[in-house]
Amino acid sequence: MARVEQKRLGMMGDEAVAYAIKQVEPDVVAAYPITPQTIIVERFSDYVADGEVRTEFVAVESEHSALSACVGAAAAGARAFTATASQGLALMWEILYIASSMRLPIVMAIVNRALSAPINIHCDHSDAMGARDSGWIQLFCENCQEAYDTVIQAWRIAEHPDVQLPVMVCLDGFVVSHTLEDIEVLPDEAVKEFVGERKLVRVVGHAGDAFYRLDPTGKEPLSMGTFAMYDLYFEYKRQQEEAMRAALRVIEEVGHEYSRLTGRYYGLIDRYRLEDAEVAIVGLGSSMGTAKEAVDGLREEGIKAGVLRIRSFRPFPMDAIRGALKDVRAVAVMDRAMSFGGPAGPLMMDMAAAFYGLEEGPVMVNYIYGLGGRDISTDDFKAVVRDVLKAAEEGVKGVPVRFVGVRG
Amino acid sequence: MSSSLPGWKELPMAGVAFRPSTDVKTGEWRLGFRPVVKEERCVGCAMCVVLCPDMAMGLGEEGRAQVNYDYCKGCGICAKECPYGAIEMVPE
Repeated sequence: MARVEQKRLGMMGDEAVAYAIKQVEPDVVAAYPITPQTIIVERFSDYVADGEVRTEFVAVESEHSALSACVGAAAAGARAFTATASQGLALMWEILYIASSMRLPIVMAIVNRALSAPINIHCDHSDAMGARDSGWIQLFCENCQEAYDTVIQAWRIAEHPDVQLPVMVCLDGFVVSHTLEDIEVLPDEAVKEFVGERKLVRVVGHAGDAFYRLDPTGKEPLSMGTFAMYDLYFEYKRQQEEAMRAALRVIEEVGHEYSRLTGRYYGLIDRYRLEDAEVAIVGLGSSMGTAKEAVDGLREEGIKAGVLRIRSFRPFPMDAIRGALKDVRAVAVMDRAMSFGGPAGPLMMDMAAAFYGLEEGPVMVNYIYGLGGRDISTDDFKAVVRDVLKAAEEGVKGVPVRFVGVRG
Repeated sequence: MSSSLPGWKELPMAGVAFRPSTDVKTGEWRLGFRPVVKEERCVGCAMCVVLCPDMAMGLGEEGRAQVNYDYCKGCGICAKECPYGAIEMVPE
């Protein structure tokens, strides 16, 4: 695929997602509005009302229903999209597991927002972390451009025959969703050509070989998501894990194909000035942009710092992370969520597991930050880097957890 | 686990039914008692056919109640509800 001519438009993150979905033109969008995701649904319903897409827009009465409608649509062979945030994602919890275990390639935008109580509409990653083990692929975006690009790529990842899993595209509430940015967009035809039509996989059901869908003609009858006891259930879970492992490869393949079209590559991780880095900041989402700015400043002071932004949180790219940090001696692991009573923040637990049992690995300190939308500045990141370097010199025991920006 | 069942590499994904549900003989779950029809008492009213939760009751050629033991779980509703006392729960 050759490079295509792109257009530059000013858009907020939510608008960029809606625009990408307009270009993809899925068969069904079922959604319920919730701050800070509302603009995605508003803009998209405008496209439907104006006749710009032929998508069936289902205005449901709750998020539980929104995802349930997507499950039904995807099971019937359609492409289905929804979007939510915070409490809305929490209300979907039951259906999240059904969507992934029924292997339905639904795409959902999550505009990351804190969970109640107290009620708060601003960014943290508690909502997505609550869905961490639900069997969905979770891709975290840094900015509006990446949100646009990832929403397009997500279909190819979800629908890949070796994957067949739903994908969450996570963008930070307000920081990305409501922030105007110049982004480059593809022509409609290029998007349509890139995503293509949904190709249904074939399975062997009780009546023989069939497309994996509920066949309205009845020619290829199929029962999906049926009853499975202790003699069969476990095997289906093992299959889901295999699909996640395949997704590690597919995310990169789709990323490379997309970069040939656009010049923009995103894979499992994003490395920033890590080549000769001695110290690294590791984290998810928009604040890693701030971290990159802080790293530029630190480098002027002679501190060899870098950033490892994890784009694919599920599947968790252990090998890529180990490779990227192999020469780094101190790592600040940034968590914008908590696991109350757990050993550390959710990202730190995975990072600790990634290096467990290896002969060599960096000293790691966990920093919890930014809950409920509390801002984190370049100065905060610089302080974090100095703190973790000090920890590396003094040595640490266990998994230290520290808080950034909370009043004592 | 039983080696006759498919492993995860062979099993069709997502709980797709890979054999008809009628292949599963749920009568194997029956515990202790089985319903037996006393033909001389049965008038063929089909009350048991209507009430059986597993569709394991039918009417035979003679128009008398007939149990399909492949699917009867032995719940005893038929014996309890038969207006003519024509069904008896007998120890297996």
